[in-house]
Amino acid sequence: MMDVEPSSSSSSSAMQSSSDYSSAAIAGAAELFIAANGRHIVCPGDTITTETSFMRGHGTYFQQQSKDENEQPAQLTAAYAGIVERVNKLLVVRPLRTRYSGEVGDVVVGRVTGLGGKRWKLDINARLDGILLLSSVNLPGGVLRRRSAEDELMMRDHLTEGDVISAEVQSLFSDGTLSLHTRSLKYGKLHYGSFMSVPSALIKRCKNHFHDLPCGVTMILGLNGYIWLSETRATAQMQLNPNDEIEETSFQITSINARSNIARIRNCINALASRHMPIYDSTVVYAYDASLEFDVKALLQPEAIDKITAHARALADPGAM
Amino acid sequence: MLSRKLEFVSPEGLRIDGRRPNELRRIQARVGVFMQADGSAYIEQGNTKILATVYGPHEVSRKNKPLHDRAIINCEYRVASFATAERKKPVRTDKRALDLAAAVRGAFEGAVMTQLYPRSQIDIFLQVLQSDGGNRAVCINAATLALMDAGIAMKDFVCACSVGCIDDTPLLDINYIEDSAGGPDLTVAVLARSRKTVLVEMDSRLHIDRFDDVLRLAIDGCQAIHSILDSAMVERTKALLAGAASGADADL
Repeated sequence: MMDVEPSSSSSSSAMQSSSDYSSAAIAGAAELFIAANGRHIVCPGDTITTETSFMRGHGTYFQQQSKDENEQPAQLTAAYAGIVERVNKLLVVRPLRTRYSGEVGDVVVGRVTGLGGKRWKLDINARLDGILLLSSVNLPGGVLRRRSAEDELMMRDHLTEGDVISAEVQSLFSDGTLSLHTRSLKYGKLHYGSFMSVPSALIKRCKNHFHDLPCGVTMILGLNGYIWLSETRATAQMQLNPNDEIEETSFQITSINARSNIARIRNCINALASRHMPIYDSTVVYAYDASLEFDVKALLQPEAIDKITAHARALADPGAM
Repeated sequence: MLSRKLEFVSPEGLRIDGRRPNELRRIQARVGVFMQADGSAYIEQGNTKILATVYGPHEVSRKNKPLHDRAIINCEYRVASFATAERKKPVRTDKRALDLAAAVRGAFEGAVMTQLYPRSQIDIFLQVLQSDGGNRAVCINAATLALMDAGIAMKDFVCACSVGCIDDTPLLDINYIEDSAGGPDLTVAVLARSRKTVLVEMDSRLHIDRFDDVLRLAIDGCQAIHSILDSAMVERTKALLAGAASGADADL
């Protein structure tokens, strides 16, 4: 049953003398400082600097090195595994993957998980559920309409559990809860499409998060990592009467061609996410273009993923352009 | 099988599996094994194989009450029915599993900066795929990596190590056979840099004169494990950066 498994030489030598170990750790720290294209990679507990002139940013904390506080100054220490960023005197450690932390104005895609007390609760991939107040949606009848008790009772007719919507972050509460609004024709309930989720850090913050791709797919890239894909539809009649809530619930058939395009885009985005590449309209289009030589289902194979992401990477690289 | 005649340290100073008394088992760690989870890690320490997944911080589940000033840490521990030499039927409420989960949770409450995540919950799921002693310690090591992979703020690495003591010889990182000898089994978890202990647990009795040696060996073992976990985490960060080394230095 027992296999003889000698431990690695580094760990056994480290065990034999503690001084060996500490010198190795210092050498390791020096190496880390220049690793990865000069980027400073840290792990929790790593000392970023002992200089006291820096300010403590997100992902860092001060740690007292020795017991007597007069002798050694507090060290600025990392709290995340990630990379160090410096803005003048401010040091920040940014983790490469984490939950979505919103900012006002962000476009997000969310799924309704519950409702009550004049608000909907939405899963938006954040630390806490987002809330959408009844007063921050456009109800039929225009902006100036008063919200009555009947409206509160009719909330489930408007949005119910399981519905997917796009929205914008309106404000941040002190405990980190995000308050959303859909008071624009851009936002609201999403129909007849495909929902997908990627790590939120991969979505690049852009001017526009609603994209009509050339292949006839409309893509909503929520900054929270949730993405909605659907067939592009003419929106002419929507703009005619902007005061009315557009509740386009009539059943519309998505053509087989559009479906296969949606599936292709979806596989492309998953491919980009699996290689930890930034996701925005250009990279998706580049990946899509490269994917045309493959079947939609072939895009799940690692060879195809490597090929299309390499193509997107080469084109998206600003040095290459 | 475990007669008293069994020799745990040979005259040449080698243990049953060929290690020296102060030698760790081979540790292999992989970070980020699942896409779906917020963070995940897989550790093989000798023949003990443990998978840790972390979800969160997220909205508090219905059975828990949110804390207004910090996050709740929820920990679950499962042993696969095929993990031990003899196949075990799954039990609904395994007291030892609950005990172990509580110990792991306690260790991380001292290390995770829960005050940054008020009203939320962090889930740690530990799955033992193969059990060969030191599960408690390996679980903590795996959970450390998984939490970091999830981008959760921590003060430091939590590194854990178990030490046994047979015939007055402290044995580092004991395996199942040594564990079954019935001697004391000390599990220590420390914050790697500050060397603060966040967990000290011992079953059975140990003479007070020996305790200092045993504890020191355990802490030295934790330090050695730290260097392995640290390099695994740096590897993971580098791999993510290399994957993202496209045009997006500014936004990733």
